[in-house]
Amino acid sequence: MNNKKVSNAVKNKPADKGDEKITVFINGLGYAADKGLTILEIALANDIFIPHLCYDPRLRPQGSCRLCLVEVEGRPEAVPSCLTVAEDGMKVTTDSDHINHLVKLNLELLISDHPLDCMTCDSAGSCALQDLAYRYGVAGTRFKGDTHEKKVLDDNPFIFRDNEKCILCGRCVRMCDEVIGANAIGYAGRGFESEIVPAFEQSLKNTDCVFCGNCISTCPVGALQPRPYMKKARIWQVEKVRTTCPYCGVGCQIDLHVMDKKIVGVSAPEGVEPNFGNLCVKGRFGMDFVGSNSRITHPLLRNSSGKFERIGWEKAIDIVSEKLNGIINKHGPDAIGVLSSAKVTNEENFLMSRFARAAVGTNNIDHCARLCHASTITGLIPTFGSGAMTNSIGDIKYSKASIIIGSNTTEAHPVIGYEIIRNIISNGLKLIVIDPRSIPITKHAAIHLRQKPGTDIAVLMGIMNIIYQRGLHDSTFIAEKTEGFKDFAAGLSRFTPERVAEISGVDREDLIAAAEIFGRSKPASIFYAMGITQHTCGTDNVIAIADLSMLTGNVGKPGGGVNPLRGQNNVQGACDVGALPNVYSGYQYVKDADIRKKFEQAWGKELPAREGLGVTDMIEKAISGELKALYVLGENPMLSDPDILHVAEALKNLEFMAVQDIFLTETAEFADVILPGTCFAEKNGTFTNTERRIQMVNKAVDPPGEAIEDWKIICSISGAMGHPMGYANAEEIMDEISRLTPIYEGINYKRLSEKSLQWPCTDSSHPGTSILHSKNFTRGKGAFIPVDYRPPAEVPDKDYPYTLTTGRILYQFHTRTMTGKVDGLNQMAPMAIAHINKDDASSLGIADSDMVMLETRRGSVKTKALVNSKIKKGTIFLPFHFADAPANILTNPALDPVARIPEYKACAVRVSKI
Amino acid sequence: MNHNISSLKELDDIKTKNIEANRPYGKKGCYMVTVHLGTCGIASGADEIQRSVLQEIDKRENGNIIFSTSGCVGFCALEPMMTIEDYKGEKTTYHSLKQEDVARIFSGHIDNGKILYELNPIVKGSKLAEFYDFQVSRVLHNRGRIDPFKIEDYISFDGYRALLKSIEIGDPGELIRIISDSGLRGRGGAGFPTGKKWEFCRRASSDNGIKYVVCNGDEGDPGAFMDRNLLESDPHSILEGMIIAGLAIGATKGYIYVRAEYPLAIKTLSNALKQSMEYGFVGRNILGSRHDFDIEIYQGAGAFVCGEETALLKSIEGKRGMPRPKPPFPANEGLFGKPTLINNVETFSNVPQIILNGAEWFNEIGTKDSKGTKIFALTGAVNNVGLVEVPMGIPVRDIIYKIGGGIKGDKKFKAAQLGGPSGGCLPDQLLDLPIDYEEVKKAGAIMGSGGMIVLDEDQCMVDLARYFMDFIQDESCGQCTPCRIGTRRMLEILTRITEGKGEEGDIEKLEELAEMIKETSLCGLGKTAPNPVLSTIRYFRDEYQEHIDTKLSCKRLHKKAKRKKVE
Repeated sequence: MNNKKVSNAVKNKPADKGDEKITVFINGLGYAADKGLTILEIALANDIFIPHLCYDPRLRPQGSCRLCLVEVEGRPEAVPSCLTVAEDGMKVTTDSDHINHLVKLNLELLISDHPLDCMTCDSAGSCALQDLAYRYGVAGTRFKGDTHEKKVLDDNPFIFRDNEKCILCGRCVRMCDEVIGANAIGYAGRGFESEIVPAFEQSLKNTDCVFCGNCISTCPVGALQPRPYMKKARIWQVEKVRTTCPYCGVGCQIDLHVMDKKIVGVSAPEGVEPNFGNLCVKGRFGMDFVGSNSRITHPLLRNSSGKFERIGWEKAIDIVSEKLNGIINKHGPDAIGVLSSAKVTNEENFLMSRFARAAVGTNNIDHCARLCHASTITGLIPTFGSGAMTNSIGDIKYSKASIIIGSNTTEAHPVIGYEIIRNIISNGLKLIVIDPRSIPITKHAAIHLRQKPGTDIAVLMGIMNIIYQRGLHDSTFIAEKTEGFKDFAAGLSRFTPERVAEISGVDREDLIAAAEIFGRSKPASIFYAMGITQHTCGTDNVIAIADLSMLTGNVGKPGGGVNPLRGQNNVQGACDVGALPNVYSGYQYVKDADIRKKFEQAWGKELPAREGLGVTDMIEKAISGELKALYVLGENPMLSDPDILHVAEALKNLEFMAVQDIFLTETAEFADVILPGTCFAEKNGTFTNTERRIQMVNKAVDPPGEAIEDWKIICSISGAMGHPMGYANAEEIMDEISRLTPIYEGINYKRLSEKSLQWPCTDSSHPGTSILHSKNFTRGKGAFIPVDYRPPAEVPDKDYPYTLTTGRILYQFHTRTMTGKVDGLNQMAPMAIAHINKDDASSLGIADSDMVMLETRRGSVKTKALVNSKIKKGTIFLPFHFADAPANILTNPALDPVARIPEYKACAVRVSKI
Repeated sequence: MNHNISSLKELDDIKTKNIEANRPYGKKGCYMVTVHLGTCGIASGADEIQRSVLQEIDKRENGNIIFSTSGCVGFCALEPMMTIEDYKGEKTTYHSLKQEDVARIFSGHIDNGKILYELNPIVKGSKLAEFYDFQVSRVLHNRGRIDPFKIEDYISFDGYRALLKSIEIGDPGELIRIISDSGLRGRGGAGFPTGKKWEFCRRASSDNGIKYVVCNGDEGDPGAFMDRNLLESDPHSILEGMIIAGLAIGATKGYIYVRAEYPLAIKTLSNALKQSMEYGFVGRNILGSRHDFDIEIYQGAGAFVCGEETALLKSIEGKRGMPRPKPPFPANEGLFGKPTLINNVETFSNVPQIILNGAEWFNEIGTKDSKGTKIFALTGAVNNVGLVEVPMGIPVRDIIYKIGGGIKGDKKFKAAQLGGPSGGCLPDQLLDLPIDYEEVKKAGAIMGSGGMIVLDEDQCMVDLARYFMDFIQDESCGQCTPCRIGTRRMLEILTRITEGKGEEGDIEKLEELAEMIKETSLCGLGKTAPNPVLSTIRYFRDEYQEHIDTKLSCKRLHKKAKRKKVE
C-alpha cells in the first residue's frame, strides 16, 4: 500500500496494555494505530466518517445503536466498529452499499418513533440523529406505526427529559453509572415500551442524582435538555467562548454560550483536559450570578449616616489612595493589610502582590489559601520541596489504589470525584476512604475508615506501621530517593493497630485491610483536602501523608503521588504569583536579598524585607489596633474566617477598609468604599488549577454598569498612590510574571490559547510538567519526618460533648456569593443543615428536620437537623456556606503553629433541640 | 449430617439399602405405587389422586404396598397418571385418572393382581406404549422411577457415581477430553460444542482464581418445558453435572438460574441441593477430594431475555437483565467479570452419564455432528402431546407419527415449528429431515432448546409468525434499535396482513426488515427474532400473498378454504 497514512489514533488506556503498533486498512488506505483500539476509535482519529449514536469516548462502548457497522474482510456479517478491536492487517470497509442500506434502514426505524419537530427542538443543530438523517437523506420512514407518547419529566430545576425523543442509546445511563456513579437512572419496561426513567420512576430529586447534567451532555438527541437554558437560543446563534470554570480548583474547561451579550448556556468541550467534557452542577448550571441584578454596578461610599451612596470612579480612586497614603504616612506601610483573592486571575493576584509590596511597601498580603492549604505548603516543602499536587487528574487512570482522606471529593471537587469513580468502575481502582462521614464516594470504596475528627495522624501512622511491619514498603525507593527513614521508622512501632483503633475509633481489621490494599497496589495515590489541612496539626497531617507516599515509593510516578485538592478556582495561582506574605511569585522568598533585588529592579521601587502578616494574623492586629486599614479584593472573611464575631470586631476596629467585589458581601457591609469588580466571564486572564495547570480565562460578556476589570482598578489605585504600573492588557502582566517567575517562565498567552500548561514550565519550548519529583525530589532527596498524634485544640468535654466539623456541600460554594444567586442551586440546598448521628439524636430527643441549637465557646447557631447514620457518633457536621446559620460563628480560631491555619474541622460543641 | 462418602462402596451401600427398603423387587405380592407429580400432573389433579392412593393404602395396612411419588413421565396428554410396579419390575401405568378410578385399580390390580385393561393402561406392547418405544431414554432415564425429593433414589440409579469417577480421574484435561470426544453440543439451542466451551473456561485466567459455573434454567420459549421437567424430576443429575464441570474448569461456585414461574422446580432443586450438601457432594472438600464447590439457586424475575447468557449473568449480578455484546465471551469475562461456564439444564444433565459410560457410549447414537439424544416438548396438533427424548438423526416424521401418534382428528400435517420464537418451521416436504443441528438450520429452522409445535392444515402460517413476533417484540430488552423498533414494525405489518389489511410490498418490507434485524441486532434474541417470519415466508409465501390479494382476515380466509375443500 503506497498511500499509507499515519494516524494519530492513540489509546486512552493505561500504559501497561503495551505500545505495540498495528496497521489497519480502512477503505483501502493503511493507518497505523496503537494496538487495542477499536475500529471506530481509529476511524474517528483519522477523520473517517462512521455513523454512530451510542458511542461517547467518555463511556464504555455498549454497541446498542447498531449504526457504526462496518464490513471486515473474512467476517460473514457487518460488525459494530465501536466494539471491534482492530487487528493488524485488518481490512475494513465503512461505506459499501450494503452498509449504507443497513444504516439507512436503521435511521428509518429510529425516525419512525421520533417526533420530527426539529423546528422547535432545542437540540436542532446539535442533534446527531438530525445530522445522520440529513447525511443519508432520510426524510421520513416507510415503516409508520405506533409511536410513543412517553412522559415528560420536568420535576427538577436542571434536567428536563422528553422521552418521546429518546432513542434509547443508553448514553445517559452509562454516564450516570460509569462516570458519576450515581445510578440515578436506568431502563424500565421491555421491548418497544422500554424507556429511561429515574430509579423506581421517582422524581430525580429522590434519587442519587447529583444534577451534574453530564447525561445532557452525552444525549445525542433532544431527549435531555438543560432546564435553565431551554428556549433561549438556537445553537447556531450563540458564540461559544472557551474559558475556565470559576468554582472549585479542578479548573474545568467550559464553553460559555453567548447571545445578545448574555450567557444563554454552558457546555464543556469534548476531549479537552482536565475535565474531558464533564462538568458538575455548579459548572453547568451555576452561571446566573454573572448577570444577577444584585451585582455592584457603581463605586459606593459609606456616607456620614452610615449608608452607601453612589460615587464616580475618580472620586473612589481618590478616596482610597488618599486614605491609604494617609495611613502609610502616619503609621507606616505595615499598618495596611491587603487581602487578595483566590477567585481573581493570576494577573490580578500578581498586581495585588506588586501593589502591596511596591505601592504600599508592605508584605502584609495574603488570601484565603491561608484558610485552606497553608498546611500543604508547610507540610510538603520540608518533605518534598514543593507544595503542590504532585500528579495530574489525567493520571488517576493509572492508579491501582487510592486513599481519599479529608476530602468530600464528589461534593467539593466533583469532576475529580467522577474520574476516581470512573476508574473504580471501569479499571478496578481500589478506593480507601478515610473520613468521619459516609461521604457519597464511600459507596464506591473498598474500605471506609471512619476516624474521629482530628485523629488522622494516628490512622496514617497506623497504616504505615502495618505496611512497614509486613515488608510492603518500597526499600529501593527509600534508599535511592529519600533521607531520614531510619529515624522515622523507629517511631512507627508505637502506632500498633490496637492503639490506633483506640485513638481513632477505626476498626482494627479495616485498618489492616486498608494498609494491605495500599501497600500492595502499585501505583497508589493519595487525595486530600481540608479535612487534613484545617487542623492545629495540619502541617503534621500533610507530612504524614507525604511520608506514606514515600514509604510506598509512590512519588514521581504516574498514578501515584500526593494530591492536595485546591478549593478555589485560582487558589493555586494566587499562591503561585505571590499573594502570600513571605514569597514573591514562584515561591521566591522576600527575605532573599538577591530575589528582592530582582523584583526591586523590575518594579523600580525598594521593597520591604520583613515577612508580612497572614489573614488570621491581620485580624488579630486589627483587634489590637496595629493594623489600620484593609484593602480586600474578592474575599469574604466575615463568613469564611473562624470565629466571625471576633472578625466583625476586628473589621469595625479598622480606620479604613476598601472592598473590591462583584457583590455586596457580608464583609463589604463593613467597608468604607466599595469598588465594583468584574467576574471571570467579563475579563481576560489566567487561572491555575489544582494540578498546576495554567488555563485561559476569556471575556464573554461586558461587565455590568460601571464595573471594570479588577486589574485596571488595582492599577488606578496604585497610580494614584504614586506607583504607576502601566499595563495595557492582561497579557502584558503575564509576560512580566513569566520574566520574574522561573516556574512560569515558559508561559505565554500564545501557548495557552492552544493548550493549557502545567508548571514548572521553564522555557518557551518546555512542555510543562504533569508529574513532580519524577527524577528527584524538588528538594533533592525526599525527607521522612516523624510526626506524632496530638488531639485537636479543643476536645469534647462535659459542657460541650460533641465534635463539630465543617465543610462544603455540592450545591453551594464557599460563602454563597455566587451560588446564592442561582435559583436551581438554592432549590436543591436552601439552608444549612446540621448532620447528627441517629444515636446521638435519639439520646438528645432530636428527630429528623427538628430545629436545633449548636453552641460552642464562641457562639451559637440555630439550624435544622438531618438525622442519619452517615456521620460518626459523637460528631456534628455543619456546612459553612450559609450566612443565616454561619458555621464560623462556632469554629475555633486556634492555629496550626507553622501554617497559621485555623482548626475548622474540629471543635467542641453542644447540641440541643429548640 | 455428613455421610462421609469417599468410595463406590458407600454409594453401593446406600443403593442396596434403599432398594431393599423401598422397592418391591423379589418380594412376591409386593407392589410399588407411584403417583407422578410433575407440574403438569398436579395441574390435572394428581394431588387428589395421591390423596386417594394414600387412603387406599391406609385401608390395607398389609405392608405390601410401597408408596412413592415421582416427577412427570412425559405423557402430558394423559395426565394424571400413576404407575404400579410389581415384584418382577413389570410396570403398569394408569392414565387420565379420575379419583374414583383409584379404588377400582387398587381392588383389581393390587388386591387381585389383575391389570385393568379396560382402563387402557400403558403396558409393554400396548398401543400407547409406542409413545415410549421409539424414544431413547438417557437424560430422562430416571423419569417415573425416582422420587426427586429423595437423593437415595437418585443414588440407587447410579447417581453421583460419575462425580466419584471424575474425582478419581482427577485430571481436568481428561474430563474435558471425555466431554469433547463425546461430541456433546449445547442443548440450549445454539449447539456449541460443550467440551470446547469447558476448555475455554479452563484456560481462561482469573486474577484471583475465581471462576463460576452457571446453569441456565431460564426456559422461556412458549410451549417448551424440557428444563422444567428435568429440574422437577431429576434435579441431582443437573447438580452432578455442574459439580463435575466445576472440577473440570476449576470453579468453586455455581449458580442455577431458574425462572420464578417454576415454583415446583425451585422447591425440588432446593431440596436436592440441601441433600447433596448433607451427603458432601456439594460444599467444601467434596467427597474428600479437597475440591470445594458451592451452588446457589437464583430465581429469575420473568424476563424472557434473561435466557440470553449475558443478560442472565447481569441478572445474577443484581442488574437489569440486558444482553451485552460478545466478545468478551462469558468463558473469559462472565459473572462479576470472572471466567464463567454457562450451560443449559439438559447439557449438564447429560454430563454424568457421559462420564460414567464414556464418550463412545454417548456418541454411538446420532449423526456425524450431532451426537446423543435430544429432548423435545412435543405439542400442538399431535395425539400424544408430551416430553420426548429421541436419538439425534431421527426423522421428524417418526417423532410426529410414531411417537406423537399422528395428527389429531386425522387432519393433514402442515408444518412442525422448531425452536419457538427464535426458530422456524419445517413443512411436509421436509418431514423426513433428520434431527441434526446443521440439517435443521439449513432448512431455516433451529434445533433450539426443544420446542416442537406440530401444526395442522387449519393453521394460518402468517398468524403463526404474527404470534411469535408478538411474543418476541414484547420481550426485547429495548437497547438496540433493530430489535426494539424493527420487531414492532414487523409485528404491525404481520397484524395488518392477518387482519386482511395487507398491502402489496408488505412481504418485501418484512424480508427487508428481517434481514436487517438478523444481521445487525446486538444479541441472539434480536438476531433470531425474524426467523419465524422468514421461515414461513420461505415455505408459505403464497399464504401471505393470498391474504394480501384477497384482503381477507385469517378467520375469513380459513372459512373460504374450508368451503373450497367441501366443494
